[in-house]
Parts: sequence; C-alpha cells; structure tokens
Amino acid sequence: MRGGTPSEAGLFAAAPALTMLAMLGPVAAGLAGTLLPAFGYLPAAGISGFSLAPFVDLFDWPGLGQAMRLSVTTGLFATALALAGVTLLFAGWSGTRAFRALERLLSPLLSVPHAAMAFGLAFLIAPSGWIARGLSPWATGWERPPDILIVQDSLGITMTLGLVAKEMPFLLLMGLAAMGQSDAARRMRVVQAAGYGRVTGWLKAVFPSIYAQIRLPVYVVLAYSMSVVDVALILGPSTPSPLSVQIVRWMSDPDLSMRLVASAGALLQLGLVIGALALWRAGEALVAVLGRRWVMRGGRGRAADRLFRPLGVFAGSFSAAVILGGLACLAVWSFAGFWGFPDALPQGFTAQNWMRHGPSAWEATGITALVALIATGIALLLSVGCLEAEYRRGRAISPTGLWLVYLPLLVPQIAFLPGLQTLLLILGYGAGTGPVIIGHLVFVLPYVFLSLGDTWRAWDPRAGIVARALGASPLGVLLRVRLPMLTRPLLTAAAVGIAVSVGQYLPTLLIGGGRVSTLTTEAVALASGGDRRAIGVFGVAQTLAVMVPFAGALLIPAVLWRNRRGMHG
Amino acid sequence: MAEGLTLDKVEILHGDAPLVALDAHIGPGEVLSVMGPSGIGKSTLLSLVTGTLAPAFRHKGRVRLDGQDITRVAPEARRIGILFQDDLLFPHLSVGENLAFGLSRGGSRTERRARIEEGLAEIGLEGFANRDPATLSGGQKARVALMRMLLAEPRALLLDEAFSGLDAERRDQMRKLVFERAERCRLPVLMVTHDRADAEAARGRVVELGARA
Repeated sequence: MRGGTPSEAGLFAAAPALTMLAMLGPVAAGLAGTLLPAFGYLPAAGISGFSLAPFVDLFDWPGLGQAMRLSVTTGLFATALALAGVTLLFAGWSGTRAFRALERLLSPLLSVPHAAMAFGLAFLIAPSGWIARGLSPWATGWERPPDILIVQDSLGITMTLGLVAKEMPFLLLMGLAAMGQSDAARRMRVVQAAGYGRVTGWLKAVFPSIYAQIRLPVYVVLAYSMSVVDVALILGPSTPSPLSVQIVRWMSDPDLSMRLVASAGALLQLGLVIGALALWRAGEALVAVLGRRWVMRGGRGRAADRLFRPLGVFAGSFSAAVILGGLACLAVWSFAGFWGFPDALPQGFTAQNWMRHGPSAWEATGITALVALIATGIALLLSVGCLEAEYRRGRAISPTGLWLVYLPLLVPQIAFLPGLQTLLLILGYGAGTGPVIIGHLVFVLPYVFLSLGDTWRAWDPRAGIVARALGASPLGVLLRVRLPMLTRPLLTAAAVGIAVSVGQYLPTLLIGGGRVSTLTTEAVALASGGDRRAIGVFGVAQTLAVMVPFAGALLIPAVLWRNRRGMHG
Repeated sequence: MAEGLTLDKVEILHGDAPLVALDAHIGPGEVLSVMGPSGIGKSTLLSLVTGTLAPAFRHKGRVRLDGQDITRVAPEARRIGILFQDDLLFPHLSVGENLAFGLSRGGSRTERRARIEEGLAEIGLEGFANRDPATLSGGQKARVALMRMLLAEPRALLLDEAFSGLDAERRDQMRKLVFERAERCRLPVLMVTHDRADAEAARGRVVELGARA
C-alpha cells in the first residue's frame, strides 16, 4: 500500500532487519564466541594458540558417553511421546466436548515455567512425595520414605516424562492453530462417511497437513529437550549429569581455562542436536513412506478406536495431572508447617514460609518483572513493526523468513550462550541487567511474533481501506484502528512474551554472570538445597508471575471494551 | 477540465496477465454500474481508484478526479468514499466516534458534536451517538457507514457490492438513500455489483465485464 511519509515508511521497512539483528545477532555472535575457545583461542584467559586440546580434554571426561547418550535419548523420547500424545488426542477427540475441556485445561499450562513444573513433578513422585504419601502406609507399608532413586534416575526417565508433560500443551496449541487452517472437520466427515474409524481416519486424512504445519515447533521441542539445563538440574541424573548441565558447570569454574572445555562441549551439544534433527527428519520420510502404504491398503481401523481413544485422553490427562498436581504440591509446601511422612497433608498451615522467603522472592520478582517487561515491550514494538511492514509490502513472511524466526529456538541455548558470555568478557562488558534483557529478547521475540502473527494477518484489510478513504494516514490507520481493534491479541502476545522471559534460566544465569537474580534462577539455585518450603514459595511466585499477565490479557479487554460487543468476538 | 471521475484507459494486470480494463468518464451526479461475475477483478478496479491496489498488481492508464490526476496521490488525500458489502464500522468506537472519524478536521468540539448529531438525525438515528455499533440492526449500521463516509466530504463515491449484505426491503431503502444523497451532492458514483437490480435502481450506464471474453 502506497503513501505515508518517507521517514515513517523507512521506520517500518527497517523493522524486519532490526528484528533479525535482535534475534540472530546474539546467536551468531554467541556461536562465534563458542567456536574460538573450543579451538583454544581465549585471549581473556591468556590463551591464544589454536589447538584441539579442548576437545582432547572433553573426550577425557569419563562421563561424556553417558552424558551424550542422555541428551539424545531424553530429547528423542520426550519429543516422540509428546507428539504421539497430542496426535492421539487430536485423532481421537478433536471436535468433541471432552477435547474442548482438555484444551481449556491444557492451554494455560503452556505458560507454566519449566522449573516450576519440574519441582512440582519432583514433589509429586519423590519417595517422600505426595503420591508415596497418599499410598502409605496402607498400600505400601512404608513408614519411612523408601530409599529408591526416582527423581534423578540415571536413565533420565523422570526428566523425559516431565518434558513430555510440559511440551504437550505447547504442541497442542500449535496443532490447534494448524487445525484452523486445514479444513479438518469437513475432511473428517468425508473420511467417516467412507467408514473409517476416528483415529485411523484422522491419521490418514488430517495428520499429514497438521504435521507439515507444526514441524518447526516439533523441532523446537526436540532441540530444547536435548539441551535444557534447568529441568535437567532438577529432574535429571547427577552422576554423570546430562551434557548441558556439565557445560554450565565448566563455565562457572573459577579456572578460566575450563571455558575451553565448556566451549568444546557446547559445540558437541550443537552437533548432537543437528544430528538428532537430521535423524528425526529421516524418520519423517520413513513414516511418510509407510503411511502411504498404509493408506493404500485401505484399512478402516474401526476397532483401533477402542484402544487409541482412551490412550489420547490418558495422554492429555497425564500432562494436566503432572503440571496441576505439581503446582498444587508446590502451593501446599509453601504454606506447610510440620509435615511428617507419610501424612498426606501437613499438620498445620502457616504463613511463616512466606514471611521468611517472601522478601527475597519479592525482590527477585521486581528484577524478573523489569527484565520481562522491557524485553516484551521491545519484542512487541519490533513484531508490530515487522507485521506492519509485511502488510504494507502486501507480502506475508516467506518460508525462509519463518525458519529464521524459529532459528533462535532451534539452536540450543547451551551452544551459543556460553560464547556470548565469553564474548562479553572479551569485549570488557560487565554482566548486568541490560545484557540479560538483550539475551531474553532473543527468545521472547520469536514467540511474540508468532503469537501475534495469525490474528494480525486475519484482520480485515477493508477496515484499513475505509479508514484511508476517510482521510487517515497509514500511521493513523495503525494507531487509531488496527492496534485498538487488536487489543486482545496484543495483550495475549505480551503475556506470552512475559511468560517466556520469566521462564528463562540459562540466559539469565550465563549472561547475568550469576549477578542477576530472577525468580527462576533463584528457584533453580534452591534445587540442590532441597528446602521444600523455600522451593514451594519460589515455585508459586514464579507461576504467579506468568499467570497474572495472562489474567490481565483476559480482564483488561473485558473492562476496556465492556460496552463494545463487537470487540469480544 | 472534466468534472467528475475519469478512468482513462485503465488496465490492471496481475503480474503480466491482464485482469480488467475500463475506459470511462462519470460526471457529477452520474452512476456507472460495473457488472460481472465474481473473481473478474471488479473490487481490484475500485482499489485502484481508492489508491489501495495490492502490490501484486500493476496498472496502466490514469485516474482523474475533477480533472486532477490522482493516480499517484495517497489514498487519504484523494477524498474518495467507499462502501463495502459489510458496514465495517470500527467496533472499538461508539457510533458518534465512528462518525467523528469520518468528519473532516476542524471546528470546535461543540461544533463537531452538533455536526454529528445532525448527521445522525439525517439518517433517522437521533441520539445514537453513544451507542455501541454492535447493538445496531443491519440497516442502521449501513446508514451509519454511509453517513460516516459523507461526513468526510468525498468528491466521488465507490460502491463495492454495497447492498448485497442487506435483506430485500432494507436493500431498496438503502439504494434510494445512497443514490439520492449522491445526486444531491453531485457525486460521481462508480458501483460494482453482480445484482442487476442494483444497476437498475442506479438508472445509469451499465458496463459488463467479462463480456469480451
């Protein structure tokens, strides 16, 4: 669309480039900052000869094989199970009332921080956890917590299950957006008219087009699950730890030369993720070939529904139960007085835990909010700028552009954040809140952009034409018509951005140099201490920090537009 | 200098493929109806006149309004009003604020308010200024949309299937209202429609698109 003053047009035309710089600049710089030390170049530590020594040291670490294996198995299993669960839920139930109920239950859980979920799960299933208490002593005979390793099991099973529970809401939401664009309901009518069972019909007729649209989110889950640090610290094994955790340990070693090993490890982690993504991609091709043959055979699979529909509900309920049960457990612990085993509930509830840990949690909340609000504000400005530029050019984002948006989510944090920290060190920039905000922006931006994009593009362009014909400039249309009409999605996108920022562990820890204390870093730091009351307080505070913005995103438009029925469609 | 709206050998291409062409002059108070099946590019033709042609399209020829070449003028500076099938009232604004959006700048608060009340009275909606547009009937919304556009003091009027969203009775009323106002204000009107009754009610010339093919 033509028009607008040249400077204003220039501002919007620059938005995509600025956005790419904000998202990919730190990733590229971080990868460079990882690459150099990995080959022995770290002038800050007085080491500047290129060598393979860091890799030699890395391969000398006895835990390496196990650490690598953990990364791969955790990532692949968590992704496959979460995808299978969501797929069965869609296949067996989409369009039903049960599905709507589960969808409403799971959608808000998307925003629960990973660390809070992990602590909640640990409190549920530990030998002294809620489940064991509920079953003891009447079913188990336990008078004392049994001495078995459940939470940090050496195979990473607990960690994998935690990730499955946490990633299902994410994939579900991504799938829902895809469902809206695939005419699934009418396809299912055709399929069922041909006598296909629900699950079989859905898998054969709808799944391929849904999967094509959620492929990138699935890759994000895979990359994330392979390299996550906070969940691994809480639920993962410790002897040895997953590779990502070990890298963080090397990074925080006072001996600067350990950063060389850390960098080599980060590159190895990146390689593992790339390899796993390639493997997954090959798996997709294989599934496609087998799926075609399966379709050709023409089986109706009506009997399969009896098995797979309950499985779908089980998967959805599992996710909801783990996250909600865990949160409830955190809340109970945060108010718990004396709570002996095997009592199902504490002997008394008290505000004392909150009195003791509240002030430090409150202080961390302030820094958390500061970082989240600034990062989200910048992300919103850039996203609106990009989408407006898209609209004015009359061209939606290209597939390549979309890949670039997902890139910061696909490159494991552990592969480039150490490099970014090293780079800041080399350049002489101190750690602090500013760099942390820039670090958060890398992850907040893609989610804000993706969250806002669909509704932004779905806005009726004729409203803009009418406004222009009535004498409004392009900027006037944006400020007076489009932004007000999109209040609700804008606030939702802001809530998503805040939730992403609140949940960030590694960027805060590494870029902040341990000196920027948010709710998440404080909570994870409590993991090793095992003070359940303190963890309860911080876990609840962390969850509130993401839930309050979402509540605001619901309430503010309801109040603001209470006399405008057309704004609630 | 010709008064009115002139489409001077206008041709729109999608990429390199010709989509629609029109060469016509519409004098003040005249109506030109452009008819043709959907997908033939009628709305695209109007977007050239409003200045909001999507970048995927190219065009040849010129658009003139009262003798002035407006082909390169920004949409908001053209003063060409347009009505669509849907009322497209802004849902976040009250009825009065919607009209104020259209009302050309200038005048004190009280004067603007009075002008809006006057406009509402003209369409039989006295006292509706504070109403939520979503609570209006389809016919009322259409009238507000018309008044919003007229308050912007357009020099030409475009109708994009403007009556097809209404039921039969309201459609007649609305047609009468629009064409009367256009004639009284001596506005050239370019209407695209697929409904022959629209063209008949307009009592102007009719161009059939797609007839060439």
